[in-house]
Amino acid sequence: MTTPSPARRPRVALFVTCLVDLMRPTIGFAAVKLLEDAGCEVVVPPSQTCCGQPAFNSGDRKDAVALAKRVIAEFEGFDFLVAPSGSCAGMIATHYPELFADDDPWKARALALAAKSRELISFLVDDLGVTSTGARFDGTVTYHDSCSGLRELGIQAQPRKLLAAVEGLTLTEMKDPDVCCGFGGTFAVKYPDLSGAIVTKKCVAIEESGATTILAGDLGCLMNMAGRMTRTGSKVEARHVAEVLANMADGPAIGAAKTGE
Amino acid sequence: MNARDSILSKIRRSRLSSPDDSARRATVTERLRSHPAGIVPARGAVEGEARIALFVEKAEAVFASVARVASSAEVPGAVAAYLRSKNLPQAIRRGEDPRLAALPFDTEPQLAVSVGPSDGHDLAGLSQALAGVAETGTVVLTSGRDNPTTLNFLPEHHLVVVSAEDLVGDYETVWAKVRSIWGAGSMPRALNMITGPSRSGDIEQTMLLGAHGPRSLHLIVVGG
Amino acid sequence: MKVTSPAFKENATAAIHDTQLQKALGNVETGFVAKRKKGAASLPEFEALRDSARDLKIHVLKHLDLYLEAYERKVIASGGHVHWAETAEDARRIVTDICRRLGAKTVTKGKSMITEEIALNDHLEAQGIRPVETDLGEYIIQLRGEHPSHIIAPAVHLTKEQVAGDFRRVHEHLAVDRDLSEPVTLLSEARAVLREQFLAADVGITGANFLVAETGTSIIVTNEGNGDLTQTLPKAHVVLASIEKIVPTLEDVDTLMRVLARSATGQEMSVYTTFSTGPRRADDPDGPGEYHVVLLDNGRSAMLGTEFEDMLRCIRCGACMNHCPVYQQIGGHAYGWVYPGPMGAVLTPTLVGIEQTGHLPNASTFCGRCESVCPMRIPLPRMMRAWRAREWEKALNPGTQRFGLGLWAFLARRPGLYRLAARIGRWGLATLSGGRGRVARLPLGDGWTKHRDMPAPEGGTFMDRWKAGERP
Repeated sequence: MTTPSPARRPRVALFVTCLVDLMRPTIGFAAVKLLEDAGCEVVVPPSQTCCGQPAFNSGDRKDAVALAKRVIAEFEGFDFLVAPSGSCAGMIATHYPELFADDDPWKARALALAAKSRELISFLVDDLGVTSTGARFDGTVTYHDSCSGLRELGIQAQPRKLLAAVEGLTLTEMKDPDVCCGFGGTFAVKYPDLSGAIVTKKCVAIEESGATTILAGDLGCLMNMAGRMTRTGSKVEARHVAEVLANMADGPAIGAAKTGE
Repeated sequence: MNARDSILSKIRRSRLSSPDDSARRATVTERLRSHPAGIVPARGAVEGEARIALFVEKAEAVFASVARVASSAEVPGAVAAYLRSKNLPQAIRRGEDPRLAALPFDTEPQLAVSVGPSDGHDLAGLSQALAGVAETGTVVLTSGRDNPTTLNFLPEHHLVVVSAEDLVGDYETVWAKVRSIWGAGSMPRALNMITGPSRSGDIEQTMLLGAHGPRSLHLIVVGG
Repeated sequence: MKVTSPAFKENATAAIHDTQLQKALGNVETGFVAKRKKGAASLPEFEALRDSARDLKIHVLKHLDLYLEAYERKVIASGGHVHWAETAEDARRIVTDICRRLGAKTVTKGKSMITEEIALNDHLEAQGIRPVETDLGEYIIQLRGEHPSHIIAPAVHLTKEQVAGDFRRVHEHLAVDRDLSEPVTLLSEARAVLREQFLAADVGITGANFLVAETGTSIIVTNEGNGDLTQTLPKAHVVLASIEKIVPTLEDVDTLMRVLARSATGQEMSVYTTFSTGPRRADDPDGPGEYHVVLLDNGRSAMLGTEFEDMLRCIRCGACMNHCPVYQQIGGHAYGWVYPGPMGAVLTPTLVGIEQTGHLPNASTFCGRCESVCPMRIPLPRMMRAWRAREWEKALNPGTQRFGLGLWAFLARRPGLYRLAARIGRWGLATLSGGRGRVARLPLGDGWTKHRDMPAPEGGTFMDRWKAGERP
C-alpha cells in the first residue's frame, strides 16, 4: 500500500459524527485505521458532539451558529478535520462560512477550518494519494453516491477507485447511483410517505443491480436504505464503505441481528 | 404615483447604494451600444463546404429534409420534385422576394405558383431565408411582403430556399447582418428562427411532428 | 387559482397512490432526464455557457430599472404599447380592457405560466371572453378544467388514454369509431380543432421567454408553432411578461438560447424562436395590427436585494423539477399552486406568502440535484433553507419539531450531558430492538418507522469506547 512521506505526519482530528458515535462505532474505528495506515496521526477531540446540520437545515440559525463555533474552536488547531461522512464534512467545508457575516471575526476562522475539512475517502485519495487500502472482501457490492458528498464535495470516483483495489470485491453499478435515497435528515420523519416512496425506488435499483452488499459513505443514507431493506425482507446487507476498505466488515451489517442472538 | 414609476422606484431603491447612478447608466448605455458577444461555440467556426455540411447535418438531425442544388435555376425543379415525392398537388405559395420572383418557374409548367400571404388554405409555402445557421441547422426568416410570416406557419409543408453564401456559423453573425439591414437597435416586425418542423411531446413525451405549424420543413440549399 | 399548498402532505400521499399519475410520471424520469443529459453533452461549451448565463442575469438584475426603461423606449419607437402592472389584478384589468376595446369574443393563448399566475382565463371568462389554450398540453388540461402540472409540459401528469377520453367527451363531432388510441391521432384531432380557433381569434395572448432592451423585442420559444399562429393572425398581440425577463442585447439572447432548450428538452434549439418587434408595419401583408406588452411585477421587485434575488435568474426550463426526486414521485399538482418543483418551492412562498406554503421549501431532501442541472446555477437548496429560516423565526413550523430540535441542540452544546443522553438513547434503541438488529416501530418516531425499520445501534458509543482505550 502507498503511504505519503511528508516531513511530518499530518495531524488529523477525527470528527466522528453524531450518528456514527451513537449507532455504529465500527465506522469510527475503521476511519482511524485507514487514516493511521495512510500515515496520519489521529486525534479524537473529546468534547465533540454534532456539526449542527440538523439545526441549519431546519432554519434554526442560532443553534447552528452556536454548534459551529464549538466545532471551530475544538478543531481549528489541527492540520485537517476528517469525517466519515460527506454530509457532515460538507456542512463544515461549505456551509460554516455562510453562517457568519463578513465583519464577524468567526468568519475567518470558519473559512480556515472549512479549507482543511475533508470527507474521509476523498481525503485518502485526493490528499494522501492512497491507491489501495490492502483490504479483502469477498462479494459483489454496489455503491450509492450520497448527495452532499457528491454535489458539495465532488465525491464519486474516489470510493470506486479504492473499492476497485479491494481483493475479491466486484463492484456493480445500480441504476442512477447518484439519485437521492430519500433520507434528507428530518425530511425522512417530516414527510414519511414521500421519503418512503423515494427509498423504495432506490432499494429496487439496489436489488436489481444484483449486488449482495450496498455501500455508501454516509450513515444517514445507509440507515434509511438498510431500514427499508430489512422491512421488506431483502437479503442485501448495508455497510459504510470505510468498513470494507479497513477490512472491518466482518461484524453484523447495519440493521442485521448480531450473530448468535 | 403611477404603476410604472412605482415599479421602477422600488427597483431603484434596492439597486442604489448612493444617489449617484451615473456609473450604472454608463454601463447600460455601453452594453446596449457595443452588444458584446458571449461564448460562441467553436462548432460553427467552419467555412465553405464544412459549414454547409454542418448545416445539413444539424438540420437533418431535427427532421428537416435538405436538397442541394448548384444554382437558383434548379430551384423550381427541386420544388416540383419535393411536391411529387410527397404526393402533393403541384402548387405553392410564395412572397414577393425578388430572388424567388426571379426563379425560372416556367421550367416547371405544371407548377402553379401563387404570391402573397397565406390564409390557411395552402398546402405548401416557399420562403427565402435571410440566413441559415450551421450551429444548429436553423433558418432565419424575416417578415414583410417578401416573405410573409403566415407562409412559415400555416401551410402543411414549408419549403425554404437558403443561398450557400447566406449560411453562417452562429447566431451572432445573423445579428450583424440584421443590424446592417435594419440599422442598430432595430428589427423587422417578426424574425423567425426555425429549427426543424413543428413538433410536440405533450402526450406522454412521445415526440410527434406537425403540431400546429408545418408537418415538414424542406430546405433547398443553393450553390456552394 | 386556489392555493392548496397547506394540504401538501395529503396531496403528496394521494399522488403516490394514484396509479395513472405514477404511470405518467415515469415518462418524466426516463424522458426529460436522459434528454437533458444528451443536450448538455452536445456542446463542449455548455458548462461555460451556464456560467456566463448566470453572470448575464446577475448583471441584468443589477441594472433592471435602466434596462426596463430602455426596453420601453424601443417598444414605443416600434409602434407598440407598454403597460405596467404592479399586481395580478392590474394585469388582468389591462388585458380585459384591450380585449373589450377590440370587441374580442375569442382569445387564443400561447403557453404562458404568467397567465396562470394571474388566473387570466377565469377572469376573461367572467367577462364573457372565451380564452382558448393552443399549446397541445395546455389545450388538454383546459378541456379537463385542470392547471398545468409542469411549467413546460403542462399535461405530463396524464396518460394518452386519459387524453383520448377527454377528446371524446368534448369533441362532439367525433365519430364513435374514430381511432384515438395513439398520441399521433390525438394530435391530428387537436390540430384540426385548433386551426379554426386560430383563424377566428380576435386577440392573441402570449408570454415571453425574453424581452430585449436593445431592440424592444419580445421572444417566445416554442416547438409546436401555436405561439406564432396565436400572435400573427389576430387583430392584436398581447405579450404578458414579468419584469425580470429583460436581457440587454440580441447577443445576450444567444447565450440564454444555448442553455434553455438543452436544459429543458435536450434539444439544441427549440423549433421556433420568434422575435417580435411592434405591430404590423406599413407594407406588411400579415401580422397583428396592435402590439401590447404588459410588464408584471407582482412581488418580484420586492425580491431584489433579499436572499431570494437569485430566483429572478430563472428562465423556466423545468430542469429542476425534472430531476427532483420529490417531483418525480408526486408531479406538479401536489405543490398546490402554479409553480411546482424546486423553483416553485422558492418562488411560490414569495408570491403567495410563506404562511400558506410552508411545506414547499421543507419538502426537499436537499439532495442538490436541482442546482446541479439549473442552467442559471440558481442555488435552490440555499433559498429553500432561507425560507426555512424565516419559518423558524416566525415559529411557523410544528411545535414538536421545534421542541425536538431545541432539546437536541441544548444537549449538543453540553458534551457531558450529551454523552449521557447518547448512552440512554443507545440503550433505549438497543432494548427496543430486542437483539433483532432493528426496531420496527419507534415510539415518537413513527414517521421513520412507517415505511422502514430503525437499525439498532451496534453497541457502546464511539466516544465511550475510544475513551476506554479501544483501538482498531
